[in-house]
Amino acid sequence: MTAVPTRVLSPAVRRTRRVSLAVRLTLATVAALVILAPLYWMLVVAFSSRAELLGGQLRLWPRSFTLANVERVFGSFPVFTWLGNSVAISLVVAVLSVTLSLMGGYAFAHLRFPGSTALFFTAIATLVLPIQVIMVSLFRIVTGLGLYGTYWAVILPTAASAFGLFLARQSMLSVPRELIEAARIDGAGHWRVFRSIVLPLSKPLIAVLFFMSLLQTWNDFAWPLIALRENRLFTLPIGLLFLQGQFNSDYGATMAFALVNVVPIVAVFLAFQRYFVAGFVRSGIK
Amino acid sequence: MTDLLEAPPPVEAAPPRAPRRFGRETWAAYGFLSPTVVLLGLFVIVPLVGALLLSFQRTNGFGDGEFVGLDNYARMVTDPVFWRSLANTVVFTVVVTAASMALGLAMAVLLNSVLPARGLFRSILIIPMAVSGVATALIGVLVFDQNTGILDKLLAAFGLPTLNWQSDGIPAFVTIVLVTIWWRTGFNMLIYLAGLQGIGPDLYEAARPDGAGAWARFRNVTLPLLGPSTFFLVVLNVIYSFQVFDIVFVLTGGGPQNATSVLVTYAYDTGFVTRDQGYAAAIGMVLMLFALVFALLQWRSSRTRDLVE
Repeated sequence: MTAVPTRVLSPAVRRTRRVSLAVRLTLATVAALVILAPLYWMLVVAFSSRAELLGGQLRLWPRSFTLANVERVFGSFPVFTWLGNSVAISLVVAVLSVTLSLMGGYAFAHLRFPGSTALFFTAIATLVLPIQVIMVSLFRIVTGLGLYGTYWAVILPTAASAFGLFLARQSMLSVPRELIEAARIDGAGHWRVFRSIVLPLSKPLIAVLFFMSLLQTWNDFAWPLIALRENRLFTLPIGLLFLQGQFNSDYGATMAFALVNVVPIVAVFLAFQRYFVAGFVRSGIK
Repeated sequence: MTDLLEAPPPVEAAPPRAPRRFGRETWAAYGFLSPTVVLLGLFVIVPLVGALLLSFQRTNGFGDGEFVGLDNYARMVTDPVFWRSLANTVVFTVVVTAASMALGLAMAVLLNSVLPARGLFRSILIIPMAVSGVATALIGVLVFDQNTGILDKLLAAFGLPTLNWQSDGIPAFVTIVLVTIWWRTGFNMLIYLAGLQGIGPDLYEAARPDGAGAWARFRNVTLPLLGPSTFFLVVLNVIYSFQVFDIVFVLTGGGPQNATSVLVTYAYDTGFVTRDQGYAAAIGMVLMLFALVFALLQWRSSRTRDLVE
């Protein structure tokens, strides 16, 4: 980074730098392999025959590529229903949570009202609450409201995101107060200010909130495990666990299905990296 | 990459005008917040109160319970599985937090230096953040299974002793720790990278003429300046580790013989498998106490003093 022009360096310094680069490159490669190896192994298992996996020998690649596992999974389980459930629930939760976070974030960043501090901290405190603390009573409430057995049993309890609210408030603080005051003096109501001044300035924020919520809901496990007890309602992680129980040691089939859970979201994650990274990093910025 | 969301402006003095009680602004604010308040109230606050009440009851299945005072809490004191789960939770939290943060820092320093394909390396290292806990745990099964897992086969191929990753307690515990470190290190690296990018090169230049070597520069310049990132990561990793559920539930189910049971899995098993809901709620309350202590710690030391105004 501190680029000292190479030509003024003595050969000795240049050699040290080359060695250092080689060492660092090796370390980075090892780290990348440690991360990739288990994922690679998932692929191998998904496309290897059962006999090959149960055989005692060590094989680092499939001897013969087979789609038998994929066919077995898609043939015996409603994979497309579960995929559809995951897509639908994730999108609905993402849209709802982005909307609520933006609205709440605006109120906390730019409106003054009694109880704002108490409300904000109550919301933030829910961030550290493990779902296992409240799961039994939450289950009773969800059942009492008649939501059990529907997608809403997962959607409504996860739609309000304290994390999103926090992120939105922090980001909206950077919308200049004068801009809002000026619009207010021109007679614009708060909803109008929100819609036509704050929202257009919040496009990167909206992307961050959307992708963070999508990722979290897509991979959510603990609550859906309790709330979705019916096969037809399963999301992919719950389906994956169910399938593992059914197939027991049929790792090939389990991994073929795991790919349906992992591949789409990793692709989205890598394609829109900068928004995810901004979201995670922002979560860390004090 | 951090400039997508600008940093909030410094703390502002309160605007001169006093807030009018229940003026239009107040109503507008409540309007904007009402959906959030309704959902958080109904699905978090009310269940929390319910859980507190439930923790003082003896229950039968999902029926109504009877109040038994502090019986559930008294029972916890003499419950060996509870203590085992608590100890496991603490050990897990300490080991995973320390190891994944140290690795995350090392990777951040490495990938902040001049390196070919640096962006590619960074992308690879954060991939686990997008993999679900269930899938991560199942991949863990593939690697560690003591009959068909790849790791034992590899160990055997190199003439090393193999381990009973499922049936022995300590190897099973090591399994959940290793899988979680694989899953979590990328996040720590990301936060540290952001911290490193905030350190200007001039600081290193200043240290160079003093003859400071790489290690001295790391210790005397980098590490202190990463203090806020470190503090934040400690709190976050502790909170996340306390809530570790997916990995343990899928990979070991808390076994063998509770060797990997943690508070959240024990609370789940008690509430939804043995259906002892009052007792599960009491375990939950203990969990919450820990979470709250760390939340307060974060709040007090966080630099977001502007939140308090």
